Amino acid sequence: MKILFSNLDQLKSINYFLSLNKLSNSGKLEISSKNNWAYVHPACLAFTAAIAEEVGKENTTINIDDEQAIIYLDRMGLYKYASNSCPVKYDKHEESGRLIPITQLKTDAEQSKFIADLHPILHLSPEKSETIKYVLGELIRNVIEHSNAKNGAFVAVQYTASKDKLSIGICDTGIGLRASLEKYHNPIDDLDAIRLALMPGVSGTAYHGGTGDNAGAGLYIVKSIVKTTRNYFFVYSGNAAYKMHKFDKRVKHGPRLNENPFADKCSTYDDLPSFGGTLIGLDLTLTDTERFSEILERIKIAYSKAIRERKKTKYKEIKFI
Amino acid sequence: MNIVLSKEAGNFGENKDIARKIRIKQIMPALVDGKEVILDFKKMTGATQSFIHALIVSPMREFNDVFFEKVKFKNCSPTIQQVIKIVSEYTQEGMEE
Repeated sequence: MKILFSNLDQLKSINYFLSLNKLSNSGKLEISSKNNWAYVHPACLAFTAAIAEEVGKENTTINIDDEQAIIYLDRMGLYKYASNSCPVKYDKHEESGRLIPITQLKTDAEQSKFIADLHPILHLSPEKSETIKYVLGELIRNVIEHSNAKNGAFVAVQYTASKDKLSIGICDTGIGLRASLEKYHNPIDDLDAIRLALMPGVSGTAYHGGTGDNAGAGLYIVKSIVKTTRNYFFVYSGNAAYKMHKFDKRVKHGPRLNENPFADKCSTYDDLPSFGGTLIGLDLTLTDTERFSEILERIKIAYSKAIRERKKTKYKEIKFI
Repeated sequence: MNIVLSKEAGNFGENKDIARKIRIKQIMPALVDGKEVILDFKKMTGATQSFIHALIVSPMREFNDVFFEKVKFKNCSPTIQQVIKIVSEYTQEGMEE
């Protein structure tokens, strides 16, 4: 297996990163890069760490020459998953306030501790950290509860202070979205599974309406938060991927929150290297608590409307002859 | 019965297992006995939809009108209020079927 990093590895062009990977199961993983890159999205790092853990540290090597790239990958914690150690000696900075290196979470107790420690680590005010706590709480829980991933969730976060923006990646090597939804929703392929997973009220635990423990609302709400804060949202599972584009800032009244993710301005892919788990990447502009509750108010209205409309379509048509 | 959620859930509600435990061990038995239940969110800054769903959807479905009469929500931040409203609305939409 080969994973190749490049300077294009942001959510805008993450399909390029994914299309270059070779994921055939050879039992070994080689991580390399194109020259002169300095920064990749945490989704790429979480994805790489998840694959490396699956293959085994002893079978993973990082072959990168650029000194800045090596330091960056070491700071993000990728060398912990490789057989070779960081070849560059450098003064290690205090990382808090800028990033959360790749972190592996297997249990709900580990998740709770990770979430509780977020705002001191990122040096965010408690008010500003509400959005990221919400988003990570939902995404990590999805992995722990639904993915059947023995290695749990791999999470990485970077904070860009100048834009007040968080970039988040979360990945697992579990059963993937299609298998997770197969029992009750029978998706026709991996792309259809992504569509279903992003729709409100579709849960892998029930045909319709959810159960006392699951509503099938988590991913829809997270995607809606990202859309409202005008950022990219990305999902990759099986051989398919979905990328929601940034919403145009010039449009008045904010973005419409669609029930069908394919109705958003997006790109879809169904010919990527087959990946058995699920990768989610997103960017998030931080908001204060007051603004976050306004976002949730909009989501509440859109969600109820979506369910009402779906119920209407459930009535069977009488045939008059 | 006053249930202070932060005692078990901390200041941000995201652990569904804790929500489920509070629901099964405290909320449901109190409603079976016809008692009033106050879900007190003091010291909590936020909660995920998953947490609130695991906390209230089963009693809302099973007790219906009794739930809305007996269960009250106290000290909710604006964010928590919105999440509770989201869960309440989509659950009631489903209950009308």
